[in-house]
Amino acid sequence: MSKIEIKNIYKIFGNYPDQILPMVKEGANKELVMEETGHTVGLDNVSISIKEGEIFVCMGLSGSGKSTLIRHINRLIDPTAGQVIVDGVDVLSLDDKEILDFRKKTMSMVFQRFGLFPHKTIIENVAYGLEIQKVPEDQRKEIAQGQIDSVGLQGFEHQYPAQLSGGMQQRVGLARALATNPQILLMDEAFSALDPLIRSDMQKQLIELQSKLKKTIVFITHDLDESLKLGDHIGILNGGRLVQVGRPEDIIMNPADDYVKAFVKDVNRTKVLRAQTVMTKKDQFDATNINPSTIYKIDENTMIEEIIPKVLKERCTMNVVDKSGNTKGYITSDELSEALTKN
Amino acid sequence: MIKKLLTYLAIPVIFIWLLITSFKASRWKPDNANELLSDFSWLNDWPKWLDIPLMKWINDWFKFFNEEYGIYFEIVNNFLLGAILSLKKFLVFLPWPLVIALVVAIVFFSSGRKVGTTVFVGICTFFIGFLHPKFWDKAIETTSIMLIGILICVLFGIPLGIIMSRSRKVRNAILPVLDLMQTIPSFCYLIPGIMLFGLGAVPAIIATVIYAIPPLVRLTDLGIRLVDIEVIEAAEAFGASRRQKLLGVQLPLALPNIMQGINQCTMMALAMVVIASMIGTRGLGDEVLLGLQQLNVGKATEAGLAIVLLAIVLDRITQAYGEKIQDRNKPLDKFNEKAKMKKAAKKQVTKESTKDGMEAAVKTN
Repeated sequence: MSKIEIKNIYKIFGNYPDQILPMVKEGANKELVMEETGHTVGLDNVSISIKEGEIFVCMGLSGSGKSTLIRHINRLIDPTAGQVIVDGVDVLSLDDKEILDFRKKTMSMVFQRFGLFPHKTIIENVAYGLEIQKVPEDQRKEIAQGQIDSVGLQGFEHQYPAQLSGGMQQRVGLARALATNPQILLMDEAFSALDPLIRSDMQKQLIELQSKLKKTIVFITHDLDESLKLGDHIGILNGGRLVQVGRPEDIIMNPADDYVKAFVKDVNRTKVLRAQTVMTKKDQFDATNINPSTIYKIDENTMIEEIIPKVLKERCTMNVVDKSGNTKGYITSDELSEALTKN
Repeated sequence: MIKKLLTYLAIPVIFIWLLITSFKASRWKPDNANELLSDFSWLNDWPKWLDIPLMKWINDWFKFFNEEYGIYFEIVNNFLLGAILSLKKFLVFLPWPLVIALVVAIVFFSSGRKVGTTVFVGICTFFIGFLHPKFWDKAIETTSIMLIGILICVLFGIPLGIIMSRSRKVRNAILPVLDLMQTIPSFCYLIPGIMLFGLGAVPAIIATVIYAIPPLVRLTDLGIRLVDIEVIEAAEAFGASRRQKLLGVQLPLALPNIMQGINQCTMMALAMVVIASMIGTRGLGDEVLLGLQQLNVGKATEAGLAIVLLAIVLDRITQAYGEKIQDRNKPLDKFNEKAKMKKAAKKQVTKESTKDGMEAAVKTN
């Protein structure tokens, strides 16, 4: 069962969203609605299902509705129409008190500009979620200290956020989100404000954390490379509509429309495509002319980046195998060149 | 839509009703309204019958109000007068060096132990009495009136600012009232103040509150609305209730602005002191007025200077706190930090050594 289920969400900003809704449902696009009624369509019939323990990346340019979408999951924004179901609970049916409880227990959020409390020290910031839950002070200090240690900020506990660099501040944001031990982590352009080196550092740290913690993460970004690196699944939004959902390879190999194509054009494919995606299946491969001494075994999940130099240099053949060692297919320079030129 | 239509309809209706009532109430109106259509001479000068009888309405209402509810004003009057008198008596009872020491101590701790500011304020306080011995008690009287006034401003102004920041409708309703309070000449409410509360300190306090509360309300409202939306969202995302959000995030972050509001409130209250002396409020303003009446320029200047000194002292106290809050945004002073740690370490060592020494001494004994 999926952890988060978003069904046919519509969000229209303006004075009379309910009156505009039928028009949007009939298929009027964002520009038309803006021109005729002055209302902004935030989300237009978006449905997503996110599995437990995966990183779902929601990608789109600014104004595509991705930040609006993520705020529907913890109901910082109410939809005009549609359903949000988290853990089998219809989030929209919760009353004011229940929604506070729901936010406290099931999820926390990381923000683009960090959203740290400038008047609280680092340790107080990290402990904030616990403070809201009325956890006794010494206990929350202890938990917060543990989180600070795990993101590598020992020694900064009693400083204020403004005294830290951007990367450090976002690590505080991450520690704060993890301190309440939520099942779901919402990350709204969490690394977009950081410079490239620190960003890739944080991405690595997130992947490491995720391999240990196995949270369900909804990650928002406008950077395709970042989404390909982090995402188990990626959803691409354009003008409030969901254009394509799929695994990173699907998006690279089969872009749904011109918008996605334009995104994908500049991507370094070798870092995204896996051996199993580009290989020729073993029953379609003609292995008769190949010298058995030039065949190497590789795992099906290997990125092709790692095998390109070897194939090019030695003109060898890669034998793609699964975890138990069964042959699934083969890769030669032909397969590689085809994968890198497609589209 | 219907609501808008109704407002558009209501405005002309009210206007026409006003025209008719003012025409009827006027003493100098033509016998027959038809005359106006045949003789157009009334278009030259403003006709006497085109006059809202606002003065009469207010006078009637005020008279009724004074007779019916005077007793409540009496209660408020007694309460405020008691508060002022006891505060004044207490401060006058204290020896003046002690009061100066108290002021210095407050500044020292509220400014985050800044020695320069503290010394400066201490000197200013001393000079108030040094200018003229009579000024010391007068300054204390002025200060106690102001302190009570500011206390009322804070008690009403900050909650009002909070309510305003939360609802656009309330803000739209209150803003014109604040504009009115700031622009209406102070004598317009000083005189009714005298009629309701009698001469002296209490109408001065009421006038001070009316005059000084708008900046505090505005700055509280503004300060809360200026808090970074992402920070508020962060608090909401963690499930903070409205109360937790207000007390834990919004108010602390709006505090520099609110302190600025209190500072402005103080300064405006001080400006009111001179005007209030004209309705018999005693204090430093009283001296200025006396100097002016006697054409004694020296006396008026001396008293004016004392007011400025008092302003400086109060300004420093209220400003210092706001500045201290902003200090947390400064980068760390590593050098100082290290020096402090070294000092602390040294202290510990000496303490331990003396302790050891004492224990040793005890043992030998």
